[in-house]
Amino acid sequence: MVNVNEPIAGRRAESFVSVPISDDVAAMNTEHATDQQSPHDAVFAVEDLEVYYGEFRALKDVSLDINMHEVTAFIGPSGCGKSTFLRCFNRMNDLIEGARVEGRIDYHGVDLYDERVDPVEVRRRVGMVFQKPNPFPKSIYDNIAYGPKLAGAKKGDLDDIVERSLQRAALWDEVKDRLKSSAYGLSGGQQQRLCIARAIAVQPDVVLMDEPCSALDPIATGRIEELIGELTSDYTIVIVTHNMQQAARVSDRTAFFSVQLNDEGMRTGELIEVGETRAIFTNPADSRTEAYITGKVG
Amino acid sequence: MAVVTTPGQVARTTAADLEKRAGADVAGAVFKWTLIGATTFATAFLGVLLLVMVVDGWSVLSGSLGHFLTHGFSQSADNTGVWQGILGSLQIALVTLVLAVPIGVATAIYLVEYSGGSRFARLVELNVRNLAGVPSIVYGLLGLAVFVQTLENFTQGRTVVAGGMTLAAMVLPIVVITSVEALKAVPQELREAAYGVGATKWEVVSKQVVPAGASTILTGTVLALARALGEAAPLILVGAATGFISFGDANWLETFTGPFTALPVLIFNFARQPGEEWAANAAAASVVILVVVLMVNGFAIYLRNRFEKKW
Amino acid sequence: MTTTLSIDELQTARGRRARASAARWVFLSAAAVTVLVSLLIIWTIASEAWSFASEVARDQLFAIGWYPRRGLFDLSTLLVNSAQISAVAMIVAIPSGLGAAIYLAEYAQPRVRRVMKPTLELLASVPSVVLGVFAISFITPSLLSNFFDDINFFNKLAAGIAVGLLVIPLIASISEDALRAVPNSLREASSGLGARKVTTTIRVVLPAALSGLMAAAIVGFSRAIGETMVVTIASGGGDTSLFNTSLFESGGTITSAMASLGLGTDQVAGNDLAFQSLYFLGALLFLITLGLNLIGNAIVNRLREKY
Repeated sequence: MVNVNEPIAGRRAESFVSVPISDDVAAMNTEHATDQQSPHDAVFAVEDLEVYYGEFRALKDVSLDINMHEVTAFIGPSGCGKSTFLRCFNRMNDLIEGARVEGRIDYHGVDLYDERVDPVEVRRRVGMVFQKPNPFPKSIYDNIAYGPKLAGAKKGDLDDIVERSLQRAALWDEVKDRLKSSAYGLSGGQQQRLCIARAIAVQPDVVLMDEPCSALDPIATGRIEELIGELTSDYTIVIVTHNMQQAARVSDRTAFFSVQLNDEGMRTGELIEVGETRAIFTNPADSRTEAYITGKVG
Repeated sequence: MAVVTTPGQVARTTAADLEKRAGADVAGAVFKWTLIGATTFATAFLGVLLLVMVVDGWSVLSGSLGHFLTHGFSQSADNTGVWQGILGSLQIALVTLVLAVPIGVATAIYLVEYSGGSRFARLVELNVRNLAGVPSIVYGLLGLAVFVQTLENFTQGRTVVAGGMTLAAMVLPIVVITSVEALKAVPQELREAAYGVGATKWEVVSKQVVPAGASTILTGTVLALARALGEAAPLILVGAATGFISFGDANWLETFTGPFTALPVLIFNFARQPGEEWAANAAAASVVILVVVLMVNGFAIYLRNRFEKKW
Repeated sequence: MTTTLSIDELQTARGRRARASAARWVFLSAAAVTVLVSLLIIWTIASEAWSFASEVARDQLFAIGWYPRRGLFDLSTLLVNSAQISAVAMIVAIPSGLGAAIYLAEYAQPRVRRVMKPTLELLASVPSVVLGVFAISFITPSLLSNFFDDINFFNKLAAGIAVGLLVIPLIASISEDALRAVPNSLREASSGLGARKVTTTIRVVLPAALSGLMAAAIVGFSRAIGETMVVTIASGGGDTSLFNTSLFESGGTITSAMASLGLGTDQVAGNDLAFQSLYFLGALLFLITLGLNLIGNAIVNRLREKY
């Protein structure tokens, strides 16, 4: 059993070599940070966010920052709204009937839910990896190429984009000889890395991950955690996980959510505490956080 | 059942019950065999039907099948053929599919992907379900009044075009219902993945959802086709010729806008004529249409099995 | 923050956006077309049916029979014939269709099911004209004539049997769906209490599937009433029909009367009301089948609540 009071060590794989991204591909993302940017600037600033499904308040009063080039983890018991919250960052909740958001999420200075903002472009810039790997019923190549093609990548660039994305997702060597074969022929862990490659192929600056390892075996999980460490040099990662040890291993900051039963017996999620992962796990400020982390509460 | 209190009593009671039951399941056996009888009746009937038709039509099928299939209607029973009916049926099927499939699939896409539970969508759905239960001859009335008369300038009156439009209206509900099923069967994860990389709703639908559901949609289309091929009542009202028609010098395209007939209508006509020879023609033509319809349906079933799991 | 974006940068290319908006309208229009079909049907039959209803005299509707070209439009003739034929059809179709459905859903091995189900689907696609031919070339001459000496060549009984055969696959498939929808836990609970299969089926599964089975019967009946070609060929009497209640006699139904009127539209000589009566019958048929379908849905909904 992992002692969560141990300091987090060795998250970033020193041996990983970053693959340089060519100018015209990078041009698709105007504010891609290749120069000296302070890594602690906020990508997202959330203020008093509330999420409703119809009349039901699923999440209340959330305020926090997501910082650039960091891994932020959302932890908490099931039903506490962490996935709901995650989906606010790429406006995936828009797809659900009756879902609405109050409060503000600021994305690089823009109100994400401003009615002039096109959610389609938001989703290109804020990518997502889902709990169960969900590759398209197409070839490996077409899985990766789908997004860039829509975003306007030229035919000639696609081969490069596919290769770079697969390299970045640490999958290239395993599939380079069978790019045209079906994505369903890959193992679970490979499929999830494919999904990661697919997400980064459109040059996002944020990648959201909704319990990406919960359907995978420990070895595949380990590879993905390693990958997350490697990806932070270029992307900002937000990960929802029900596995505390995972949060302790991979993240820089952690936000702990819990569920509150209100007068009518409805469960509303709320943010209890957010801070540097090390601090949260060794010296949490709130007793509820401590109770969850030490296993007193589920 | 006796109330049991000791293990020994349980064992004795259970054994006694089992012995009693072993002998007494006559009711069960009778029931089961009745069911088998019903099932056999329902399914073997197809074979009986084919057999009777082949026997009755033997004189035509064995002797002059080639002539029968390639010649037009003739007043004399042993000279008549169903060629014009076959041609008409194919032309009508073409018009029907060209109209019903795009409109039907598009409606299904609207209902599944775009509707958002609106009142209009619920109206559309209810309406389609009701239309599916409307008798085919009522569609014939629609065809007569609207496609033959009101739209005469476009359809040229009693033509294959009017007939095809009529049958398109009739099979439209079938296409919508099967396409809706096909689209609903596409897992939500696929849509989420596509939206997740920044695709518009149109792109998600056209490049992911519809291709994923295409095989089932195709099967539904083929079933609609089979249904259209077998209908006579609406075509009769729309003016399908039940007897002699002449195409004159019309080329293939022009026959779309001239008098027409269809295979089931010819069968109807043969059946109405008195005498053994016409009865044989009716039976032979029935065999022809049965073979066609069974092949088309068989193809649909084959398609469905083949595409159980793609990729 | 050192990187800021403007709202203009969070936009999709105009071409993609235009295509997406256009697509929405295209799909909406297609859905509107289906509503248009309904409206056209209603408009078509309503206006002509109304003309007929307002011009026809009451004693024309209660005459000795259906003789449209002589101005006699006795509705009861047609209604009774339609009802009789459909009733015979139900007597043929329900036992067989339901029996097959129970067998396939409860008893049959997967191997058997895999063959039987497609066979039933093939049966469902048999064109109705063929069944009409079957009626006059086999059912009446080779079957019924052996039992009943007085039977007319064109008779309602043969038509009813043929329509029943036509409807069997429909009843079988809807019933089977209803039976398979019954959760297995009910069957297991029953067997667990020591009931034999026949008991479980009859006393647990069938009642649980009742709403679906009734829907099957109603849909089947509706289909039977709307059937045209079989009755036109086998029962005769489409042109003219004297009121009679004997199954051994010929008799025109609502649908065969419509078919005859439709065949004669080239020569609408005699009574002009005759042509309009075609639409009146159409309206009647439409209302009857619509009513049956709505009742069927209502029963399904009400019974479903109980469970």
